[in-house]
Amino acid sequence: MTTFSTLSPAASAPEATPVTSPAPRPRQQRRVAKPPSVLLSKAGVTALLALATLYTLLPLTWLLLSSTKSREDLFGTNGFALGEEIHLVDNLGHLFTADGGVYLRWVMNTVLYAGVGALLAAVFSVAAGYAFDKLAFPGKERLFSLVLLGVMVPGTAMAIPLYLLAAKAGLVNTFWGVFVPGLVFPFGVYLARVFSASYVPDEVLEAARMDGAGEFRAFCRVAFPMLAPGFVTIFLFQFTQIWNSFFLPLVMLSDQDLYPVNLGLYVWYSSALSQGHPEDYLLAVVGSLVAVAPLIAVFLMLQRFWKSGMTAGAVK
Amino acid sequence: MASPSARGQRRTAALLLSPFFGLFAAVTLAPLLYAAWLSLFTTRTSGLGFGGTENIFAGLSNYARALSDEAFRDGFLVIAAYCAIYIPVMIGGALVLALLLDSGLAKARSFFQLALFLPHAVPGLIAALIWVYLYTPGLSPVIDLLRSGGISVNFLSVDNAVFSAANIAVWEWMGYNMVIFYAALQAVPREALDAAKVDGAGAVRTALSIKVPMIRPAVALAVLFTVIGSIQLFTEPKVIYNASSAIGSSWTPNMYVQTAAFQNNDFGLAAAASLLIALFAAVLSFAVTRFSRRGSKP
Repeated sequence: MTTFSTLSPAASAPEATPVTSPAPRPRQQRRVAKPPSVLLSKAGVTALLALATLYTLLPLTWLLLSSTKSREDLFGTNGFALGEEIHLVDNLGHLFTADGGVYLRWVMNTVLYAGVGALLAAVFSVAAGYAFDKLAFPGKERLFSLVLLGVMVPGTAMAIPLYLLAAKAGLVNTFWGVFVPGLVFPFGVYLARVFSASYVPDEVLEAARMDGAGEFRAFCRVAFPMLAPGFVTIFLFQFTQIWNSFFLPLVMLSDQDLYPVNLGLYVWYSSALSQGHPEDYLLAVVGSLVAVAPLIAVFLMLQRFWKSGMTAGAVK
Repeated sequence: MASPSARGQRRTAALLLSPFFGLFAAVTLAPLLYAAWLSLFTTRTSGLGFGGTENIFAGLSNYARALSDEAFRDGFLVIAAYCAIYIPVMIGGALVLALLLDSGLAKARSFFQLALFLPHAVPGLIAALIWVYLYTPGLSPVIDLLRSGGISVNFLSVDNAVFSAANIAVWEWMGYNMVIFYAALQAVPREALDAAKVDGAGAVRTALSIKVPMIRPAVALAVLFTVIGSIQLFTEPKVIYNASSAIGSSWTPNMYVQTAAFQNNDFGLAAAASLLIALFAAVLSFAVTRFSRRGSKP
């Protein structure tokens, strides 16, 4: 099953040829370039893009504005306008002290689940992807199709099976029940294989082997540094994936002290709606802003990496 | 027989592969197998519940129960309706935006790229919290605005929940896929575009008959991942359900599984339904890859 790899290379050359064929066609004379419509003018295109930007940014604006409001203003004033007073500092103070400072604990849990988890997942993926690309061993393609199978099994369909197994192993409602599943990232292995093929030239490895470096040493000292950009990309992918995961922690955890931010916000939100604690709604809103802001900062800083990673699967 | 270098490669491969495959076995293969085992049993409470519970071998009856349960099947219909709206709008929107960016007519390209991508940095749960506020009557400035234009909608009703959930997903994923398509468009060889210009093709014609076919593999891959993602629909409707229980607790297949497991404690049924979802997703993604491969070979 080499489905993914055969999907990709077709992107570039061969299909271009018919278009570039120099033979003049009779059609050419008849067809006169139409004058571009208003929508295709510079202003038109920019206006369309601006409209789409409005769609993506307005909800974020709502989040920012709402975080500065008092509870009365949150429910009483227009969502896209400022409230009567700026309550941001009060709200932040309230957020970090609510329920004995549990929010900070959730943030730290998330850093462990997503940060440390994605770091290890990226190391394991790069090691495996490199082995698939550069080393000869029996049963390679059969093992790789197992990886691709892992890509195709949806993550949330694993939540209940994982819960059942964790219940058997006594890992339900423990840190490990959420942490360990995050260490496995089949798509990362696929990406690492692609990266290894394009970033690590075979000649460099040959040279290292000639110098008497063992295979493992060649990987650690020569190949791994060359794969660093791919490593960051895979890390970012898995980081967002674990950050986003909700179903698994929801079924796995019942102890508040083990929650990731996602689940904590959800619990505040549902207690506001169903148990009549409207003040928790404001906590969920401010907590969302505080959770999102560093993520946006990370994405802005690491643009180069996520862009190259997202396109590696599609263009290469 | 094997040369020392071949042996060295094999040993290193084993070393490099074992962390991934060890964990893969523990958190993917083992849970699937264990769930498959559990799906063959059903729990019966003996007496009045005082005598504890016992597991009875049930064969494939859990699968039969899931498949014959209208609530489970309806979940797939919801996903189908959701895909019918979400995939064309999101992929089409991403494609149009990428083509606009690539048209050479757009200003401030990197600003737009970032601004359109930004929602992807927002976790799905938070995106759902934001949008559900914007869907809630009495709070939402969007509803107020629509009402002043003479339109009244209930975003949280059963009929509209598919649109509301799809919109949240469009918001999260359109910019992400646009970045992918835009990068693929920039890899389209210049000569092809120049030739089209010489042929007198306008911007729209060039886009439709040259650019789009050439980035087809990127689009196919995006559709594949979108389909896999759609089957998993859980977070957004879960938040919608919290705000208005109109959609019911088994609205999507994953919600059905969660309800079966944690409200009805029917773990055999939940395991069977989970495996059916995983199987369905794998078969569907296999079909999508097959289909798009056949399509790309003239």
